[in-house]
Amino acid sequence: MSKYRYSQATAPRWFSLSVFLAFVAVFPAVSPNAYFLNILGFAGIYVLLCTGLNILMGYAGQVSLGHAAFWGLGAYISGVLTAKFGWPPVVALAASVVGTCVVALAVGIPTLRLKGHYLAMATLGVGMIFHTFFVQFADLTGGPSGLVDVPSFSVGSIAIGTTLGNYYFIWAWVAIGLMGALNLSQSRMGRALNAIKGSEIAAECMGVDTYRYKVIIFVLSAAYAAIAGSLYVHSINFVAPATFGFMSSVLLLTMVVVGGIGAFWGPVIGACILSLLPEYLRAYEGLEVLLYGLILVGVMMFMPNGLAPLFSNLRLRFRSVNRAEGGG
Amino acid sequence: MTELLQLLISGLTIGSVYGLVAVGFCMVYNTTGVINFAQGEFVMLGGMMAATASSGFGWPLPVALVFGVFSVTLIGLIAEKLTFGLSRKPEVLNLIIVTIGLAIVIQGGVMMIWGTFPKELPAFSGEASLKVLGARVTPQAIWVIGVSVLIMAAVGFFMKKSVTGTAMRAASSDRGTASLMGIPVGRLSTLSFAVAAGIGALAGVIITPLTMTSYDHGTLIGLKGFCAAIIGGMGNVYGAFLGGLILGAAEAFAAGSGGSGYEDAVAFLLLIVLLLVRPSGLLGGTGGERVVKV
Repeated sequence: MSKYRYSQATAPRWFSLSVFLAFVAVFPAVSPNAYFLNILGFAGIYVLLCTGLNILMGYAGQVSLGHAAFWGLGAYISGVLTAKFGWPPVVALAASVVGTCVVALAVGIPTLRLKGHYLAMATLGVGMIFHTFFVQFADLTGGPSGLVDVPSFSVGSIAIGTTLGNYYFIWAWVAIGLMGALNLSQSRMGRALNAIKGSEIAAECMGVDTYRYKVIIFVLSAAYAAIAGSLYVHSINFVAPATFGFMSSVLLLTMVVVGGIGAFWGPVIGACILSLLPEYLRAYEGLEVLLYGLILVGVMMFMPNGLAPLFSNLRLRFRSVNRAEGGG
Repeated sequence: MTELLQLLISGLTIGSVYGLVAVGFCMVYNTTGVINFAQGEFVMLGGMMAATASSGFGWPLPVALVFGVFSVTLIGLIAEKLTFGLSRKPEVLNLIIVTIGLAIVIQGGVMMIWGTFPKELPAFSGEASLKVLGARVTPQAIWVIGVSVLIMAAVGFFMKKSVTGTAMRAASSDRGTASLMGIPVGRLSTLSFAVAAGIGALAGVIITPLTMTSYDHGTLIGLKGFCAAIIGGMGNVYGAFLGGLILGAAEAFAAGSGGSGYEDAVAFLLLIVLLLVRPSGLLGGTGGERVVKV
């Protein structure tokens, strides 16, 4: 485990990020299959969620087992404001981010005093409570059967709710989220978070206000989730509480860990692979859950740092080959 | 008054099951530091195995119950050997995720073999309910509470008096030192996992006649048991069981006082409040290092 991952030069990562985003941008021209673009849109939502979770878990070392609650809150705020009160979706998106951040602040201030396992347990509880509210406030949320007739995204009179429009709108937010995370990891705050992750006591001794930073990063990661929630609800025009249960939080955590916790590309790799995997496992009718579990156990047992190191090893090997050839 | 007693009895019945699951959590947590998210699945699997043996194979009920418990104990043992034993980097977070994966594997396997249809098990000694101070008590509820208390006492005695139990407590207080003293911490981890699976299966076997069971039945029971363990204190078997009883009673009263639908929220609210006020649990000692002072 490289503890100095964040002090590495940033240039290669900005480069690989641009290549990745360029690839995402031209992909629909290469493969205009609407079904597949839809799935890739959802993969983008998961990338955004996992990147948000990774800045909390990977950068700051604070485990959350209730992240899906903030995703759900963002989705419901945006969905209820548009479907019940007729707000424009773009304004509702902003409102859902603000609302979710306020709730995250209220949740984070008491719970972030807890450390390690105890924080994980408290966030688990928060997630379950939110889930109960989504089900029980049936007048607003539509109860267990969900909220229907949520409008698609539009700016003024220009509708962007087509498959292609959703794809680009989602991935534009993903691009912003990824750039934000990359910037964060190189900033003063990123270094402070890394210190907290290494040792909270040591960080405090060095003058880092650990509690304040933890609350800030908790709220920031909830903001990522809120955007993802709003994007989700306006792309499928429907939202139901089952999407945001405990297993969903676990799935997000799994994506981050399988991809490689703390690594910049980890959540991207994990979210893309694990959200696309069920599509391919669908061929094994009835076996898919079992296979999914086995893959998860296998990756954790034999690649404990996730899949990201695999990719960076490839890059290093590629570079050393280049150098060997170039240097003669 | 009768109504309150009725609620209390149903709360204590489900609470005993939470308590048993919590005891299983404690065993694994104390020897390995891992929160075993597969614990709830063992409960479900125990009920499934016993129901299959009873109605599928046509075995007599007592044999089917014993089969349910022992087959799941064996599965727990094998699962620990295959996952914890072979992991490349047995760090706590990794192992926790391994147990989550294990839970998904068990659920997926059960869904594949038995399908999604609920299974039932006959009550151990008939359905005719007894009257206690005007409240109706089913014989199965007495079985549940009685067996749970017995198991809790047995586990408590084992942890306190036996050599293996003492070794487990040593491992939980300091793994490194325990291992230097010649305590085989790896083998204890296997043992605790198998015993926890067995206790979970037993909880599943005794509650299935009341609630039935199906492939997705384990997750929520597991989470509630986990809450119970926190409420009572992870380090203490009696505390964990007490936590289960409190949780069951709180849920029953919440549901009975018109808050039906909110009983899950009550359980988890209790968890959060307790974490903030007394993170080491009701009977958990001081546990100062678990919270950072701000």
